[in-house]
Parts: sequence; C-alpha cells; structure tokens
Amino acid sequence: MKRLWFALAALAYSAAAQQQSALNPAGPQSGRIAGLWWFFFYLLGAIFIIVMLIMLRTLMRGHRNAEENQPLENHERAQTRETRLRSIVTVSSVVTVVLLFILLVASISIGKANADLGASGKPMIIQVIGNQWWWQFSYLNDDPSQVLTTANEIHIPIGKTVLIQGQSNDVIHSFWVPNLHGKRDLIPSRVTTEYIRADRPGIYRGQCAEFCGLQHAHMAFYIVAEPEDKFKAWMQAQLQPAVAPATPALAQGQQNFLNYACVYCHQIRGTTASGTNGPDLTHFGSRRTIAAGTLPNTPGNLGGWIVNPQSIKPGNHMATIAVKPDDLQPMIQYLESLK
Amino acid sequence: MASLRYSKSAFFAAALLLASCQREKHDIQPAPTRLAIYGDAARQSALRPGGSVKPQPVVTNPYNASGYDISEGQRLYDWYNCSGCHFAGGGGIGPPLIKKEWIYGGEPANLFDTIVKGRPNGMPSWGGRIPEYQIWQIVAYVRSMNGEQPTSATPTRPDTIETNPQNLVNRVPGATK
Repeated sequence: MKRLWFALAALAYSAAAQQQSALNPAGPQSGRIAGLWWFFFYLLGAIFIIVMLIMLRTLMRGHRNAEENQPLENHERAQTRETRLRSIVTVSSVVTVVLLFILLVASISIGKANADLGASGKPMIIQVIGNQWWWQFSYLNDDPSQVLTTANEIHIPIGKTVLIQGQSNDVIHSFWVPNLHGKRDLIPSRVTTEYIRADRPGIYRGQCAEFCGLQHAHMAFYIVAEPEDKFKAWMQAQLQPAVAPATPALAQGQQNFLNYACVYCHQIRGTTASGTNGPDLTHFGSRRTIAAGTLPNTPGNLGGWIVNPQSIKPGNHMATIAVKPDDLQPMIQYLESLK
Repeated sequence: MASLRYSKSAFFAAALLLASCQREKHDIQPAPTRLAIYGDAARQSALRPGGSVKPQPVVTNPYNASGYDISEGQRLYDWYNCSGCHFAGGGGIGPPLIKKEWIYGGEPANLFDTIVKGRPNGMPSWGGRIPEYQIWQIVAYVRSMNGEQPTSATPTRPDTIETNPQNLVNRVPGATK
C-alpha cells in the first residue's frame, strides 16, 4: 500500500514537473536550451569522470612518488621530470581553454538563435505586466475592440510566434515559462521583449523568477497552447462582456459584488465594476486557478480566498473585507458563473 | 561583577534592537472589524449642545507604528484614488494634506472620521466601503506626509538629501522629537 502511494505521488510529481520543466521543451527556443543543457551535461559529466579517474590514480601511486622524490636524485632525472610536468600542464591548459571556448560558442550561438525567432512577419503581441503578486496580460491590437485584458492565464495558438512585451507596475519581476523559453525580467518603467512559440499543444506553467517580495513564490500563471481554431474561439469568448446573471440568486451575487469593496480594485466588463488595481474578473469562471496559480478555481477555495485572503497569501494586496455569510454564497456562485 | 555589566549592556543592546524592530512590525492578518465611528473623539471643541461637557476619549491609531503600515497607506492612497483630488498631498481639486491648520482636525481620530464620514463639498464617505485597518493605514500615511509619524516608524537613513542636521538627529529610532 505504501509503495502504491509512493508510486502515485511520484507520478503526480512527474506530471507536474512536465508542466513546468526546461527539459520538456514545447517550442523551438526551449528545444535549443534543452539541447544546450544536455550538451553541457554530457561534456561536463565526461570531464568530471575523467578528473575523478586521474585523481584516483594519483592517490594510488602517491606513496611511490614520495619515495622517488629524494634530495639525492641526479640532475638528469630531475630535468626529464620537469619537461614531462611542463608538457602535462601545457596540454591540460590548452584543453581547458578549448573546452571553455566551445561551451562559450555553443551558449552564445543558441542565445542568438533564440533571439532571432520573431524576425519574420508581424507576431501577435501580448503585453505582460508584473504586479505584486499576479500577472496582467493584454492582447494588443490596432483595433481597440479586439484588445483583451485578462490575468494569470493566457491562451496562445500553436505554431505561431508571440511577442511578449514585459512591463512592471511595482518591482522587478521575471517572466519565465521553462517549457517555452528562458527568463525575461520585467522592469519598472521599461519595456522588455521576448519571442515565444509553442509547437505542441499543452498547458505550461510559468513562474516569477525574480524575487519580488512576500508572495514571490505564489506568483504563477498558465499558458494554454492550443490549435488556432480553438484559440480563436477562446479569444472571441473572452472578448465578450461578462454574461448577465441568469437566475435571481446570481443577480443577487452580482449586486453583492458591486456593493462590497471588490469594485475598487476589480473589473467585470459589462457591469459598473471598473477597478484596475487588481485582476480583471470578467471571465473569472473560465480560469483554472485563483490567486495567481495558488489554488484550483473551486467554489470552496474562492470562498476561503474572499473571506481571508491573508491566510492564503499573507501580505498580498487583497483587502480583508467583512463579507456577511449570507452575501458570500451568491457572490461565489456569481463569480464562478462568469465563464 | 563584570558579567553583570556585560548582561546589562546586552540588555540595553537588545532593548535598542527591539525598539528598532517596531518599524518592521507587520500585522499579517488584520481583522476586518466593523467600522467604529469615533464621533466624540474626533470633536474639535469640548462644547456640546445641551451643556454637559463629556471628557473626550483618546483614540490612537492601531496601524501607526510601523514603516510597513505607512507604505501600505501610501499604496492605498493611490489605489483608492485619494491622489485624484488631493494629488501627492499638495492639493488640487481637494485641499492640501500637508499643512498645519486642519478644518476638521489633524489628529488620527479626526482624519479617520473625515475619511469614514466624508466632508461637505466633495470628500466622499468611505465608511463601510473599505476595511477599517486600511483607513488607519491611510491615516498613518497622511500623518507621515506632515512628518508626524512616530519615530519608531522613521527610517534611520533619510530618503531625501537632508540639509538640516537637526532632522538627522530626530531620525534615530526611539529618539524623542
């Protein structure tokens, strides 16, 4: 039984690890990065083994050397020893320099290759704004009605180059989806860019990779890579304003949301809630997680989060407000209905 | 005897450290208490209708003594758009907040009352809309604009270039003003 649990836990762990792993590349850049990693791994692993073998050999014959090394040795013998030592040092220095140079060339050329991905065509632009401690994503478009702002979860079409435009609202964050690319810092008052492309459909977890304060560890997001037609359907659905409440209970929930302090920070398009300090909740019910990848999006978790966000992410900027128990249930139902 | 002296100095060192720790104190789970309106504490005059003079209760700001609360107040001052009317404290649409003479009083209880109840000609009422602890944090920030934060919440190193050496002395935590 214990063994079964262990196997299950290992399976769950490896599944989660596949979702956020630089060794499970889903795009051309992460593929190159993974290739570079394995190149480093095998080359340096071989060097490590060789060095260890040489050291073992030296340790074993150490005693004989000590006997040889007597003050009485003659001049000729000393000279041959010196020549031999000199050639060994020369050869190993040259080998070290050449190897380091190879590694340098390999990593620089892969860095260059990765930067060139978006050179052709006009890519889709996603603006990423880092906040303590959540992500705001905007799909930029020349047509303002097609600009979509959402939070903590984005969808991208597979096989298409996407330009990430990184910014920050407060401190330095870092945008990192290991399955797609390396890290890119988001720096206040500056725009940083990175091209990404997913070739395989899947759900990839990203994570802030630059320490940004109390809840840095709970600042994750998901990228859903899917075929273009599915992506377009998702995009069209997300561009719509929030669905109107269908039942009286949901209408009550909407009223409750609008009556409490929620509206100072959160936006629900199609209602009067228009705060911009916190994540946009227009299609909250369609997201997989709440609180920036901290908890699965379930009614129970959402209730806990609304009532006491500071117990789940201590120090986060969501206010602890006194929601009356009778008001809470319709509010949860309403938010979960925002598909 | 020597050990006693050492323990004494250790005690003073610890006390000094603890005093400076207050600046970093941080209520990790503030309770969303129901708003209590400090009507009497916030009165400007002891005169009351009906003649009887009640002693006024003293209300202190529970979120006052730490640098964290003041910086939270600064963030909320922008988030809740206080800066929309009062700007960075210099005033614009609304009156300035960096000043000596306050129409409705400048004590923490007065400021709390002003935010909770609102005031004529534009100041909206925030009572029951945002949690009480956040109002206190904003009060702490507004007080700090005027340099009236407790010394425990004052950084030992000034954020600005200080030209008056007298001010530098006052920035030592625990020093009296």
